[in-house]
Amino acid sequence: MSIEGGHAETAIELAALAPGPLEPVGARGLPALWTFGALGFLIGALLVGLTVGPFPIGAWAIVEAAVSHLPLLHVHSPLTPLQSAIVWQVRAPRVALGGLVGAMLAVAGSAYQGTFRNPLADPYLLGVSEGAGAGATILIAFFPSAAGTELLPLAAFVGAVVAVTAAYLLGSSVARAGGTGALILAGVTVAAFMTAVQTFLQQRQTQTLQQVYAWILGGLSGATWHEVALAAPWMVLSAAVLLSHRRILDVLTVGDEEAGSLGLNVKRTRLLIVVAATVGTSAAVAVSGLIGFVGIIVPHTVRLLVSSSYRAIVPLSLLIGAGFLVLADVIARTVLSPAELPIGVVTAFFGAPFFAIVLRHSRWVGL
Amino acid sequence: MKPSVEASQVSVTLAGVRAVAEVELAAEPGEWLALIGPNGAGKTSLLRALAGLAPVTGTIRLNGLSYAGHQRRELARVVALVPQLPETPPALTVAEYVLLGRTPHIGYLGAERHADRLAAARAIDRLNLRAFIHRELGSLSGGERQRVVLARALAQAAPILLLDEPTSALDLGRQQEALELVDELRRQEGLTVISAMHDLSLAGQYADQLVLLDCGRIVAQGSPHEVLTEATIAACYGAEVRILHDRGAVFVLPTRTVRT
Repeated sequence: MSIEGGHAETAIELAALAPGPLEPVGARGLPALWTFGALGFLIGALLVGLTVGPFPIGAWAIVEAAVSHLPLLHVHSPLTPLQSAIVWQVRAPRVALGGLVGAMLAVAGSAYQGTFRNPLADPYLLGVSEGAGAGATILIAFFPSAAGTELLPLAAFVGAVVAVTAAYLLGSSVARAGGTGALILAGVTVAAFMTAVQTFLQQRQTQTLQQVYAWILGGLSGATWHEVALAAPWMVLSAAVLLSHRRILDVLTVGDEEAGSLGLNVKRTRLLIVVAATVGTSAAVAVSGLIGFVGIIVPHTVRLLVSSSYRAIVPLSLLIGAGFLVLADVIARTVLSPAELPIGVVTAFFGAPFFAIVLRHSRWVGL
Repeated sequence: MKPSVEASQVSVTLAGVRAVAEVELAAEPGEWLALIGPNGAGKTSLLRALAGLAPVTGTIRLNGLSYAGHQRRELARVVALVPQLPETPPALTVAEYVLLGRTPHIGYLGAERHADRLAAARAIDRLNLRAFIHRELGSLSGGERQRVVLARALAQAAPILLLDEPTSALDLGRQQEALELVDELRRQEGLTVISAMHDLSLAGQYADQLVLLDCGRIVAQGSPHEVLTEATIAACYGAEVRILHDRGAVFVLPTRTVRT
C-alpha cells in the first residue's frame, strides 16, 4: 500500500469522526404509501357503493359512464337510461352523502381528540347530537307538516349549534384559562338537558314517536342530491378549516401552558377548532342522524397504525372515514334487503372487532 | 446596558390570593438570575407571569416588548419557557418535538420552512441529540428528555430563557450536566436565564444574581454572597443551615443541632 493510500484512509477516518454537515430535520408528515392506500380504499369503496344493489351494474360500465360525461373523449355510456338513473339518481347521492358524512365525522373526531387532548372525545362531545335531536323533535312535535321538508335538517342544525354554544359558554366561564375538564362537564350538562327536553316532547306527543326515532337512528336512505347540496358546503368548509389546523393540533399536544409559551392563543384556537368541527358535524347530523363510532375509531386507527402526528391523522382520517362509511352503508342496505339496518349498527358491528384487533396489536402510547 | 428583563411593581393574584406582590427585578443580557424561596413563595407564579401565562398587574418588559403592547407570537420569539414538568407527548419523535419550538416563527397556518428545519437541527446538535432524532419521546430517560425540552426551547431562538426547577426530576449527575449545559448555552448564545431553583447551593454556584421570595414578596436580592446568609435562610425557610465559602462559591448545608 502506498503512502498516499495510507493518508487517504486517515483522512476518511477523520472525516467520519468529525461532525457531519448540519442536515435539516423534519416531521414525519403524511407518508405517501398510506396516502395512496387510503385513496385507493376510498375509490374502491365508492365503486362498491355504486355497483352493489338489488340491480347489479358492473363497475367498469360505471367507470365508462362517468368518463362519457367528460368532454373531448367521445366515450359512449354503456348504461341504459334506467341503469343510468339508478346509478346517478339513486346510488350516487347516497354514496356521496355517506362519503361526506364519514369524512366529516372522522375529521371532527380527530380535531376534538387533539384540541381536548382526550382519547374519548368524539364529535358529539359537547352535545351536538342531543341538541340536534331536540331541534328535530321540536319541529316534528309543533310543526308536523314541516317534518318532511328541508326544515327538518335546518331545525336539527340549529339545535346542534345552540347546544354546543351553550356548553362552550358555560364551560369557558368556569374554567381557568385553558382547562378542558370544565368544558367537557358543561357538554355533559347541556346534553342531559337537551335529552330531557327531547324525551318530554316525544312522550307528550306519542303519535310523533316513530318519526322522531326514525330520524334519531339515522341513516342515509332516501338521500338525494338536494340533501347533498344542502349539507356539503358546511362540511367542506369545516373540513378545510380543520385540515389547515393539522400542525396547530400538534402544537396543542404539549399542553395549554406550553402552547401558550410558544406564542399560540390557545383559547381562541380551541374556540375556532370547536366552531369549525361543530358546524360540520351539525350539518352531518342534520342530514344523516346519529352515526356513532366513526369519529372515535377512524382517527385512533390512523394514530395506532401510522403516526400520532395530526399532520397524518387529520387527512388520513378524512379519506378512511369516507370510505368506511360508504362501505358500512352498502352493508346496511343489503344484508336485510329490502329492509335497511341502521347504519350505526353496522359501524359498531364491524368497526368494534376491527378496532379491537388494531388496539391489541399496537402499542398504546396515549395521544 | 439596557436590561433584557425588567419587572416593575409586578403582582399576580390567583383565585383571590396574592401569589406575587409588587416584585421589582431586572436582569442584564447574558445574566443568570435565580429565583429562590420556600415552597409556595411565588417562584413559579412569577415565572409564569414573565412568560405571559398569568394575569399580571404592573409592567413586564422583555427586550423592550410588553404583553400589553405586543402580540403573544412576537413575545414568544423573545422568551422561551421550560416548565417544571413539561408535557412530552410519548409518540412524537425528538425531531418533531424540537420543531414545535419553531412555532412563533411560522405563520399560523403555515408549515416549517427550510430555515426552521435547520434551526431545529442546530438545536438538536447543540444538545448532542443527533443520535436521537428519530426516537420517540416515550423511549427516552429523564435526563435525555430534559435535554430534548431544552433543545425545543433553544430552537425557539429566544434570547431570554425561563426555567422552572430545571433539575427537580434528575439525579445529582444529571443535575450538574443540565445546569452546565444551560450555562454553556448562556455563554455561547448570550442568553439571559431566569430560573426557579430549589437547591440553594446549586443556585449559588450558577447564578449571578439571586432573588429570594417569601410569600410572594422579595426578601433579599443580590449576589449569592449577599443573599445566602444563615440569618435570611433561617427566617425564610425555618431551616438551620451553615454557609460555607469555598473557591469563590457559596454552599448551603443543612445542619442538625445534636442534642445531648
